[in-house]
Amino acid sequence: MGRGERGVVARLGALAAASPEGFSERVLERVGLARDRYAVVDHLSEPVYVAYDDAGVSFVRAVRHVGDAHAFERAFADHFGREVRRADALPPDVAAALRDGRARGVRLDPAGLSDFERSVLRKTLDIPRGEVRTYAWVAGEIGRPRAVRAVGSALGRNPVPILLPCHRVVRSDGSIGEYVAGAGMKRSLLAREGAPVDEVERLGRAGIRFLGSDTTHVFCVPSCRHARRVSPAHLVAFARADVAARRGYRPCRHCRPVPLATGR
Amino acid sequence: MTLNLNERLAADLDASFAALVREHEAAVYTTALRVTGRRHRAEDIAAESFEKAYNALRGYSRERIAALQLRPWLVTITLNAWRNELRRESRRPSLAPLDPSWDAPDDGMSPEDAVLAAESTRRLARLVAGLPERYRVPLVLRHVVGMSYAEIARALSCPEGTVKAQVSRALQRLHEHLAERPALEAG
Repeated sequence: MGRGERGVVARLGALAAASPEGFSERVLERVGLARDRYAVVDHLSEPVYVAYDDAGVSFVRAVRHVGDAHAFERAFADHFGREVRRADALPPDVAAALRDGRARGVRLDPAGLSDFERSVLRKTLDIPRGEVRTYAWVAGEIGRPRAVRAVGSALGRNPVPILLPCHRVVRSDGSIGEYVAGAGMKRSLLAREGAPVDEVERLGRAGIRFLGSDTTHVFCVPSCRHARRVSPAHLVAFARADVAARRGYRPCRHCRPVPLATGR
Repeated sequence: MTLNLNERLAADLDASFAALVREHEAAVYTTALRVTGRRHRAEDIAAESFEKAYNALRGYSRERIAALQLRPWLVTITLNAWRNELRRESRRPSLAPLDPSWDAPDDGMSPEDAVLAAESTRRLARLVAGLPERYRVPLVLRHVVGMSYAEIARALSCPEGTVKAQVSRALQRLHEHLAERPALEAG
């Protein structure tokens, strides 16, 4: 190659071009792979990122926990290995489910979870707003009464906190326990939902696991709405479910304080 | 254990296709841009090529995907998409002029030099677009996209020796054209 031609070769390099801005996103749209979107919404005065696709909500993170939008997009990409694009607003059904706490209407898509983890997370949907249940309760309800620690780990891997209310699961001794976005956030979410956090902690410290009514002879977990309606004069406290049973109390059908027929 | 792109595509196409696009979009787009000489068609051809690639991959066995040489394969698809486009256009005469109208990247040159460099690059782009196809394509793949002769031979399904000869002729021609009008050389 002569010198002149070497000069041409050097200049030809300048003809290399980067693809236009947004090109890869347009390609992915074209082949139907860019369906992930997210929006920022306020949930009980707590701003959260909610990501979703046609199958439902896939990923939720509190802004205070994950940081700016860029950080959220990175967290999503780390979790799913694909990109998510910002939308101006949530689809109406997703927004309604978040607002009303009726996550049942939304198809949840916790990808990358084991069957056990999925059962644990779905079970949290059975805990009404304003109430809490224990890790042991969750374990019993899904038929794995010995897997209490595994329940804790599974809840820690919740990709859609708030929508799947893992914050409503507390320790058997009444203490708040852990939370994927920090115990402080767990406490404030519960407080805003009207759950009797302080009372549950106080009762727990005193070894009280169940509350009953001496008029109905029904016993409940302390935060159950039925227990909270019992007037102080008729309130009975139990440390153990088998003691309550022997005294003729039956378990509440709403909160199901004992997982199986026999108490613990 | 980290998998390479081929292994990832074979294992889960949908999850790794974005990575394929990101890795090869510059090569595909540059090929489309410099063989067509038409910016406004280049993006369409490039996007269409990735779509064809995706559809093809959906039908390939894992073994076939694992064995693919991705860049030459994508370039082949791009060149085919371009030729199909030409055939469609030849039935409808195109009024769009050759249009490599963009600005060369600014490497921190002075504004005057940047203008001169841009004009010089535009001129080179026009010359390349004006070369006969049998010289233009191998030249672009070799000295703009940066493929090896082996890759180009695979992409074009022709012998390496032929590719080398074509690139050499292309360079000679360009050098002759440029020597005719040396006035617009940048510093």
